[in-house]
Amino acid sequence: MLRQLQQIAQWFDDRLHLTKLFASTAGHRVPKSSGSWFYVFGSGTMLCLMLQLVTGTCLAFVYVPSADEAYTTLEYLTYEQPLGWYLRALHYWGSNFMLGIMSLHMAQVFLFGAYKYPRELTWITGVLLLFVTLGLAFTGQVMRFDQDAYWGLGIGTAIMGRVPVIGADLVNLMLAGPIIAGETLSRFFTLHVFILPGTILALIGVHLRLVLTKGINEYPKPGVPVQRETYVEEYEKLVEKEGVAFVPGAISKDLYFSAFVMFAIATCAAVFGPKGPEGVPDPTYIQTAPQPDFFFLWVYSVAALLPPYTETVVLLVGPAVGVLALLALPFISNTGEKSARRRPVAVLTVLVAFLGLGLLTWAGLTSPWSPHMQAWTSDPTPAAFVKGRSPLELQGALVLQNKQCRNCHALDGVGGHRGPDLSTVATRLTRDQLVRQVIQGGGNMPAYGKNLSPAEVDALVAFMMTLHPANELPARDATLSARRSP
Amino acid sequence: MSDTSSSPTKTGSECCCKGSSRRGFFLTLGVGLNVVAGSLLAVPILGYVLSSFRRQAPGQWISLGPVGQFPSGTTRLATYRNPVHRPWDGKTADIPCWVRSIDGSKFQVFAINCAHLGCPVRWFEQSRLFLCPCHGGAYYEDGSRASGPPPRGLFEYAYKVEKGALWVKGGFIPTLARPLSDA
Repeated sequence: MLRQLQQIAQWFDDRLHLTKLFASTAGHRVPKSSGSWFYVFGSGTMLCLMLQLVTGTCLAFVYVPSADEAYTTLEYLTYEQPLGWYLRALHYWGSNFMLGIMSLHMAQVFLFGAYKYPRELTWITGVLLLFVTLGLAFTGQVMRFDQDAYWGLGIGTAIMGRVPVIGADLVNLMLAGPIIAGETLSRFFTLHVFILPGTILALIGVHLRLVLTKGINEYPKPGVPVQRETYVEEYEKLVEKEGVAFVPGAISKDLYFSAFVMFAIATCAAVFGPKGPEGVPDPTYIQTAPQPDFFFLWVYSVAALLPPYTETVVLLVGPAVGVLALLALPFISNTGEKSARRRPVAVLTVLVAFLGLGLLTWAGLTSPWSPHMQAWTSDPTPAAFVKGRSPLELQGALVLQNKQCRNCHALDGVGGHRGPDLSTVATRLTRDQLVRQVIQGGGNMPAYGKNLSPAEVDALVAFMMTLHPANELPARDATLSARRSP
Repeated sequence: MSDTSSSPTKTGSECCCKGSSRRGFFLTLGVGLNVVAGSLLAVPILGYVLSSFRRQAPGQWISLGPVGQFPSGTTRLATYRNPVHRPWDGKTADIPCWVRSIDGSKFQVFAINCAHLGCPVRWFEQSRLFLCPCHGGAYYEDGSRASGPPPRGLFEYAYKVEKGALWVKGGFIPTLARPLSDA
């Protein structure tokens, strides 16, 4: 029986040359030092991709990419199709993990100098893989065709519309028509399901081929710089002397990490479930505050925090400069030290990049620049702010509430945070300055001169003059008081 | 793998250089035929894919319903079915817009899209402002920019009153590249 099985295996091997294929691929020799915990992120990313292909295919069994029907099928998937919610959750969490692990992979190869000679093309294909993955994340967000997806497309449209000369044509190309509608969804479906996955598989083929031809980066040692003349020879010697076959010599940590990633995705999907869908994508329903998915929140923050006059340039030129810098990196820094211990600028770059993206994401989650559209009706004036006030001041508190001031201004931390909290405004602005600010606006505040009667302004300012701590006097005009009390 | 794939092309090129012009001719002819046939297929495919790249037809007049729906001094949400739509568009072809009736005969009609990044602006009657929920852009009741990141005022439709109905000229999502004044 065993011999028969062996014979069958040999028959297949004779036809397919599997042993040879294995020896030249998974069994290729790698430096022993590459069997490190730092080297597990590449295989982890690929594992996520495989999972995405499987769960995505499963979702496509049910999903209908029609602007009219997509939302219904999403709800059906989430609430009626057996385990549909879990497949949606796996696909959603898989994409988050894929982008996260890919970022770690990128940081690791950057810090370990793996992009240097002779692995420039490995880095470049990696950068392209990053962009295709981001493309998949954005188009995937559109597949969840809800209000966020609809207005997310609106934001994409607005950015495209800022491109000089061909902006209007690009908008038409992106939307496949004059508005965000049926053909737009079909277009993004084709990108998400055919074009981008095909591209990513082809790029991974090249990426892995390069890992075989140019070898995996050895664990860098401080003080051993890359030299174009000698590196390849030294690497070959290293692999010969203390190399191991990738399978089984160096793969075990990858296996542990793979298992961990699968456990983590399965757990997140089970505990947190799928995202949305959040609201029928009906453009006439405007009581909505769209937010992008987690990995694009930093873009949302950038768009809010940039000074308006720089926006078009930064939104259009910024990505181009970023892409060029990433593609040019292996040629700019082609040789020299690899170890992060001798490359403080590289370490700093990674720290700044992660901190910057992290802080922008955090800002995007809290989005203090967004007005709280319901604050004026849902957040009552705190009782402490109306206690012991005169009738005029109370009337002013009403003006503050009824004229939607609270949508942008908090009282005691409750309300919008677009403008400053007004709890102690009287200590910062004098009466005249308050009147001027209300009537003329400025500093990111609209002018209310036309929309408030003089009596309303009077009452409002009288109320705001009471907004100071008991032990702190309201602000005074220094010149006036100097004149009055010589 | 690379050895086996490179060797046949090597011998092939040697063949056509070393005399045997007949074989070389047929090779060139074969390649040429494929280029011609391939282009013949590629042109319509590209034309199909890129057809939406070309700028669409100009805006059309769209009815927003009887003028009486928009009493003097109010700003109200109106919706219309986009003139260019597909049977499978569902709700997405229903486009909202803000109608400001100045005195019952003079109007201003604004696109729903914020001029900053296209989010839907909301009208606040009490403070007479349009506010955008995304990045806090604000506009006055006449659509002019009040504060926040928008680079300009709200996009405004051309309008006309005909047969007792209010008509606007549009049919596409307005952007900085193609505002509604281009309709």
